[in-house]
Amino acid sequence: MDAGAEPSPEIETGGGTWRSPATKPLRLDSGATLSPLEIGYKTYGRLNETKTNAVLVCHALTGDQHAGSTNPVTGRPGWWDRMIGPGLTLDPQRYFIIATNVIGGCMGSTGPASPNPKTGKPYALSFPVITIADMVRAQAMMIESLGIETLFAVVGGSMGGMQVLQWASDYPEKLFSAVCIAAAPRHSAQNIAFHEVGRQAIMADPDWKAGDYEASGVRPEKGLAVARMAAHITYLSEAALQRKFGRELQRDGLSWGFDADFQVESYLRHQGTSFVDRFDANSYLYITRALDYFDLAARHDGVLANAFAKARGVRFCVLSFSSDWLYPTGESRDIVRALNAAGCRASFAEIETDKGHDAFFLDEPQFDAALRGFFASAAQARGL
Amino acid sequence: MREDFAEILRLVRPGARVLDVGCEDGELLELLTREKRVDGQGLEISPAGVAACLAKGLAVVQGDGDRDLDHFPTRAFDYAILSKTLQQMREPKHVLSELLRIADQAIVSAPNFGHWRMRMSLMARGRMPETRALPDPWWATPNIHLCTLLDLTDLCRELGLRIDACAALTAGKPARPIRPDGFLENWRAETVLFLLSRQPEDRSAETPKDLFGEVALPKPETGPKPRRKRAKT
Repeated sequence: MDAGAEPSPEIETGGGTWRSPATKPLRLDSGATLSPLEIGYKTYGRLNETKTNAVLVCHALTGDQHAGSTNPVTGRPGWWDRMIGPGLTLDPQRYFIIATNVIGGCMGSTGPASPNPKTGKPYALSFPVITIADMVRAQAMMIESLGIETLFAVVGGSMGGMQVLQWASDYPEKLFSAVCIAAAPRHSAQNIAFHEVGRQAIMADPDWKAGDYEASGVRPEKGLAVARMAAHITYLSEAALQRKFGRELQRDGLSWGFDADFQVESYLRHQGTSFVDRFDANSYLYITRALDYFDLAARHDGVLANAFAKARGVRFCVLSFSSDWLYPTGESRDIVRALNAAGCRASFAEIETDKGHDAFFLDEPQFDAALRGFFASAAQARGL
Repeated sequence: MREDFAEILRLVRPGARVLDVGCEDGELLELLTREKRVDGQGLEISPAGVAACLAKGLAVVQGDGDRDLDHFPTRAFDYAILSKTLQQMREPKHVLSELLRIADQAIVSAPNFGHWRMRMSLMARGRMPETRALPDPWWATPNIHLCTLLDLTDLCRELGLRIDACAALTAGKPARPIRPDGFLENWRAETVLFLLSRQPEDRSAETPKDLFGEVALPKPETGPKPRRKRAKT
């Protein structure tokens, strides 16, 4: 994930691990419960006295809570560093920005690598299957415990955008505005297919050991790297790959073998190997499953508009990218049409770019302008 | 202020729900929001227009009036506005009937191709007219379905729409109420504006109400609001 400059040191930041009281386990869609429940989080800025300036930032599949500050694992800038910071769209001097790691994740929130209270050993595959709605329910528990009744905004891209939609569906009364970027109201067959390739790559790695790799002191690094390589292609576009790499070679001449002759091969290999340093293979299985299970309309008689029936008071902004073939613009249009049909106040723009799905991490002036305009007017309406 | 905007601003009830189809940079919606506190929603096809609307804090959906109106629920708005856009639609007839499914009333303005300048220009020069109302050369114009006042009146009647009001607009001058089937007006009106509503067939012969005329154009920005007469009695 690309990012911009270092954050200014003067922002007030917070964070750590939020723990749900033992009396309040997280009830999951599968029927199981999760307790203890921990959520890794980061905050930027300060909650105002009326508690009206809180913004929840939801991350994508492999993201985490380090949205606006240096990631302690990778040492790299936060994944939305170019959006969060003084003078930027999400300015901590104006908003109290909260970013959490989703449950099932591996950056401080309860997930398959967490200890199973029954055995004391990592959950591994005994971790219950989770959904996007479960992730959001956990976030809502934490937000409530902070005494925040209404979030000024919930915002996210990709899987983060799906969480935004789930928030609007399940907790519309707790939202003032909702920003859904490069997302979809359901996982398509193609989306599920790519995820299945990734999961099979992990499970085919002998070091996966049916999920119990921790006990053996190994990690299915090769499988996870291949999963990341395949997925990474879907985050880009053909045009962006061509522009970046073309058929450029790593060194003069072909190897007449299977080394990484082409720069694009080397790039993908690097994406794979650097990913395994920061991500847990089982988390990858669980979170991709949660995405595959996502179908917002399914819980509303198959009618997406019904999911937003109570969200008329929420200001929506839906943004898509023209070259995103993972969640193409048509998916965002479906969301917007459902919002219109439900009588919600919605804005929608398709950002022209050749950078593909991951454009929301990157420098896109039109995208920035759209978001800035939306937040500025919402903030004015909210009296911020 | 564009002459049709001034009239639209006058016609719209305060606090109404308004859909502006082809809202461009949101100028009219912004005006309506500020002056009439409407609950506005825009539909605009150009990325630049959508970006401008978002920057103004307007609710705008990037979309195509020819296709995306179908997805709005029935009677979701009090007014649907189509200002000087009908002639750019691929399917003006469908759009017009959709407007009055979505909204109780539609405010539609369009350049009158029957205006004497058009006719004279074509007659004298033998070339596609380029006038102040339609300044673009034929190869660059977005207008693909131009019509005259009488053509538009015929289409409204065919769709069974009631013409609540009809006016001729000229830049910088007050709106002039006209008969939608006036032969001479078809020569005189440069731009025409219709206030339409759904109606039972038999009321189509009713005389349109005078909604214009004795009121002055509002001054841009800060001028006092003109007297407004009700659309229906």
